[in-house]
Amino acid sequence: MEHIRMPKVENVRLLDRFSSRRAVVGTLYLTATHVIFVENGSETRKETWVLHSQISSIEKQATTATGCPLLIRCKNFQVIQLVIPQERDCHDVYISLIRLARPVKYEELYCFSFNPKLDKEEREQGWKLVDLNEEYNRMGVPNNYWQISDVNRDYGVCDSYPTEVYVPKSATAHIIVGSSKFRSRRRFPALSYYCKGNNASICRSSQPLSGFSARCLEDEQMLQAIRKANPGSDFIYVVDTRPKLNAMANRAAGKGYENEDNYSNIKFQFIGIENIHVMRNSLQKMLEVCELKSPSMSDFLWGLENSGWLRHIKAIMDAGIFIAKAVAEEGVSVLVHCSDGWDRTAQVCSVASLLLDPYYRTMKGFMVLIEKDWVSFGHKFNHRYGNLDGDPKEISPVIDQFIECVWQLMEQFPCAFEFNERFLIHIQHHIYSCQFGNFLCNSQKERRELKIKERTYSLWAHLWKNRADYLNPLYRPDHSQTQGTLHPQIAPCNFLYKFWSGMYNRFEKGLHPRQSVTDYLMAVKEETQQLEEELEVLQERLANLQKSQSGNNKVKSKQQDQSKQFGLYTSNNSLANTPQEYSNDLKSFPSRSPSQGDEDSALILTQDNLKSSDPDLSANSDQESGVEDLSCRSPSGGGCLPSEDSGKDSDEAVFVAG
Amino acid sequence: MEFAELIKTPRADNVVLHRPFHLAVEGTLCLTGHHLIFSSRRQDNAEELWLLHSNIDSIEKRFVGSLGTIVIKCKDLRIIQLDIPGMEECLNIASSIEVLSTLDSVTLMYPFFYRPMFEVLEDGWSSFLLEQEFELLSSVTNEWRLSCVNKEFSVCPSYPPVVIVPKSIDDEALRKVALFRHGGRFPVLSYYHKKNGMAMLRSSQPLTGTNGRRCKEDEKLVNSTLRSGRRGFVIDTRPLAVAQQARAKGGGFEQEVHYPQWRRIHKCIERFNILQESFIKLVEACNDQSHNMDRWLSKLEASNWLTHIKELLTAACLAAQCIDREGASVLVHGSEGTDSTLQVTSLAQIILDPRCRTIRGFEGLVVREWLQAGHPFQQRCAQSAYSNSKQKWEAPVFLLFLECVWQIHRQFPCSFEFNEQFLIMLFEHAYASQFGTFLGNNENERAKLKLPQKTMSLWSWVNRPEELSRFQNPLYEANSLVIWPSVAPQSLQLWEGVFLRWNRPSRFLEEAEEERINIIKYNKELQAKVNALRRQLAEMETDEEVLEE
Repeated sequence: MEHIRMPKVENVRLLDRFSSRRAVVGTLYLTATHVIFVENGSETRKETWVLHSQISSIEKQATTATGCPLLIRCKNFQVIQLVIPQERDCHDVYISLIRLARPVKYEELYCFSFNPKLDKEEREQGWKLVDLNEEYNRMGVPNNYWQISDVNRDYGVCDSYPTEVYVPKSATAHIIVGSSKFRSRRRFPALSYYCKGNNASICRSSQPLSGFSARCLEDEQMLQAIRKANPGSDFIYVVDTRPKLNAMANRAAGKGYENEDNYSNIKFQFIGIENIHVMRNSLQKMLEVCELKSPSMSDFLWGLENSGWLRHIKAIMDAGIFIAKAVAEEGVSVLVHCSDGWDRTAQVCSVASLLLDPYYRTMKGFMVLIEKDWVSFGHKFNHRYGNLDGDPKEISPVIDQFIECVWQLMEQFPCAFEFNERFLIHIQHHIYSCQFGNFLCNSQKERRELKIKERTYSLWAHLWKNRADYLNPLYRPDHSQTQGTLHPQIAPCNFLYKFWSGMYNRFEKGLHPRQSVTDYLMAVKEETQQLEEELEVLQERLANLQKSQSGNNKVKSKQQDQSKQFGLYTSNNSLANTPQEYSNDLKSFPSRSPSQGDEDSALILTQDNLKSSDPDLSANSDQESGVEDLSCRSPSGGGCLPSEDSGKDSDEAVFVAG
Repeated sequence: MEFAELIKTPRADNVVLHRPFHLAVEGTLCLTGHHLIFSSRRQDNAEELWLLHSNIDSIEKRFVGSLGTIVIKCKDLRIIQLDIPGMEECLNIASSIEVLSTLDSVTLMYPFFYRPMFEVLEDGWSSFLLEQEFELLSSVTNEWRLSCVNKEFSVCPSYPPVVIVPKSIDDEALRKVALFRHGGRFPVLSYYHKKNGMAMLRSSQPLTGTNGRRCKEDEKLVNSTLRSGRRGFVIDTRPLAVAQQARAKGGGFEQEVHYPQWRRIHKCIERFNILQESFIKLVEACNDQSHNMDRWLSKLEASNWLTHIKELLTAACLAAQCIDREGASVLVHGSEGTDSTLQVTSLAQIILDPRCRTIRGFEGLVVREWLQAGHPFQQRCAQSAYSNSKQKWEAPVFLLFLECVWQIHRQFPCSFEFNEQFLIMLFEHAYASQFGTFLGNNENERAKLKLPQKTMSLWSWVNRPEELSRFQNPLYEANSLVIWPSVAPQSLQLWEGVFLRWNRPSRFLEEAEEERINIIKYNKELQAKVNALRRQLAEMETDEEVLEE
């Protein structure tokens, strides 16, 4: 709390990003974990909650006659514009936030104070939900070809790897250690995915320290061992996910890539995915486009194209598709690496796994996938997502890109995934929120040292508990799209990659479809389930009644049944009404505010931690309506039409300007 | 004319048909007066492809040795390739298709020969009469009347015989106003907003010319739609500069001095060749087979198609906003009042009027605001995106309208009774059809061609229960509210159902649609079962009580 210079400022204006005319006045609070804006006056006291860890930048702009503007950009793509009356207050808020948004030690992060009121046992259960040993068993290892190795049990060989890694049976500890010495950061080849059907596998590593001519016998043996673990195939692919030029440049630094002449039976392949710096800049450019005040169609499309973002997404997908094809269709094992083997390699291995194995397209399986390819193999969450104050050049939207790849696949295969878009958005949110311990630190080693499992809660348990919110109504385990390998179209496929406004313009509700097909179908399915239950009860009653009419003993409690019928009728009615009202009820996504949440009155500064466990709760709760600039968005959501006279004071200039 | 004379080779065997995402099929090709028919003889995957000659937009032929290849590009944007053995056969077939697909006489078109295989339950030609519309209107207001001043199409050749006009304006005045408006298109009622009694009128530009001509009757007519003390809005679909230039050619716009109660707003909705070029560029981009992600977005941008969509939707929202929010009457026009004007007035109704979002209501809207209002379908839809001829009159005006409806549909997926297929079906039939509905350029021409007597109406077919079921949106729940779409670039998408229809894999999307339908169907079945059981139980329990007593 010592960093909070100014815990409360009154008469702050929260500007609408699209129209300065629709600012609201309220009070700004700074707490140890959140920035909270509470609107004045209105009965609902609309609240906007922002976690400090979500803040990516704070900009203090030149003071104007109305006050001092403060622009807060968030990692979940929310942008908040405040105007604080006094320059001095603004400065204090600014200085406080600068510090609060950049914690220097892990203990300052929200997950260490977040308390969802679960007891110790529940917490432990939560951490057990995702179990990687179980996952490797599911894949079918250990078996005749693969075994678990304890060579890294004290992180002695590679400190960014997990203690338990699966390696080919023929790879002895000597080979592993030898190979690790020939790989960047000693990240030796280890199993990522094993295909039970044909013994083909996906392995991952970092680049070899080959320089211009160096060789390593053990490393060559290691690759040979991977090939032998797949007796059906006489070669393996080595996929370097970097652009060839980058890989060649690395040779000068004593790193590089495998020379086909030195390794027997490998086929070497470059797939050019750009590095974290290019990706960071690309996202930056795309977000600038998203932030344009009222862009023309050309501004938008040009900006999107110039950002290169979708091109990068496609590159990652192409790599994943290549690997999935090698494994599923050719039955060939693949070794994937980039430089350090923790960014592009993680992206590509997880996309390939997702394409290959329907299990990863279920909710539980997806959690397992992230745990396997990202968390356990030392993806540097802390550095990439800037949880602690650090080098800004380390920050890059690596997992964001993976999450987007999943969304792009969901668009192409609407029935293939058990979860919906909201699930992805909430995971993205929590990667940055630091509300749960899952994504803390840069490696398993660091997390163990911090005793994450004893001191924080698991996101997976939280999501699992609320899984009803994350279901894709179109998913059926027996549907053809949920079986086997997914084959995305390869060409021509440019137009298949689309801008994801649900993510990058997530908080601009006005831009999204006003009625959610997903929510609608979920409500229908829920009602269907109730009907099924009632049908059963009725059939039973009928049978009893028929019996009783012969036997003349009446068993029924009429009262009870009527109450049940009543319940069903009301739900029928709400469906029969306008979908608008209906979708308002269900439209907690993406804009439910704390005040509309379950615990209506729990208050603001009490840090009721439950409140912000749902990322949507930190959203701006503004249920706006009324006439807007037609030049950029619509007059209002159909769901919340203002009363007749609310339109009357609208400014004519609004639409004449267009 | 005998079609047989035009068909030298009516049949060719061992023809191979290539289509994207389908395996090549070998079969027999037959030409008839109106169709190209391909049927594969294989037992396992017997299939037939029937293509109307009028659906063919362009045809290319090439030869490798004696194997000829014809590439056929259709108005519905599909491209097929036929490999025909034998140079002579191939040449004959190609030249027959060329002639048969470009017949210039309307009466030779297929609708005049088509005999329906279904029983006509309701004659679509009389399904949407303006008289019925007026009856509905009369139940809420008596400020309007039906005028038959155009009964002989003499006042305005592109108007229908009856129109709805303010009650206080007599036919004599209408004749005078017609002389003051381009093509005689005097202001008529397009839409009446029951909620607040505001009206949307449409017309063509006033013929003010350079010396500022005025017409008292015209002023009186439009002013009669205003509430006392209130203002109205003229939405001119042209930019101010264009409207000003129009004065040199005798056209013009309503000047403030003569229309002090009206506020004029200029929008910029493109017309004619600009739209046609945009259409051609977009389709080119969509058919581009290169694997380069970069060029796709810039090609999409360069086509300007989505810019047109955005402009059009914005103008329609503006008109709707003036009526619903400002409580003002609106007059919409551009130059002729047959293209952009109709786009704006019909889209505004989609936004404002829940009835237009039903199947029946939408059909009525198309009839009123497009067919009866004199949108020159025959000129505009003569060619589609593959035509090489640079004729002046083609423009995808109606397609743009349908796409805007689709954009709104996408944003309010539960508020429309019809589905995307319904819109696609209308697009197809506007360009090539067995029905007479979209033939001719206005009611006058349709009457002369005796279309209602000689051809079948599209509506007679669509409104049969079997057909309707294909076009119903399973998610539909009547929504009585005004629906305001977002017009931000992030909210607008390419209409893949039309533009990528033939070059994207559609199986997974179709399966998803099927799944949606099944979820809702199952729910309804259960509901019916539960209700029936409840009733049965209630009856039995009453019986039992009676017995007990």
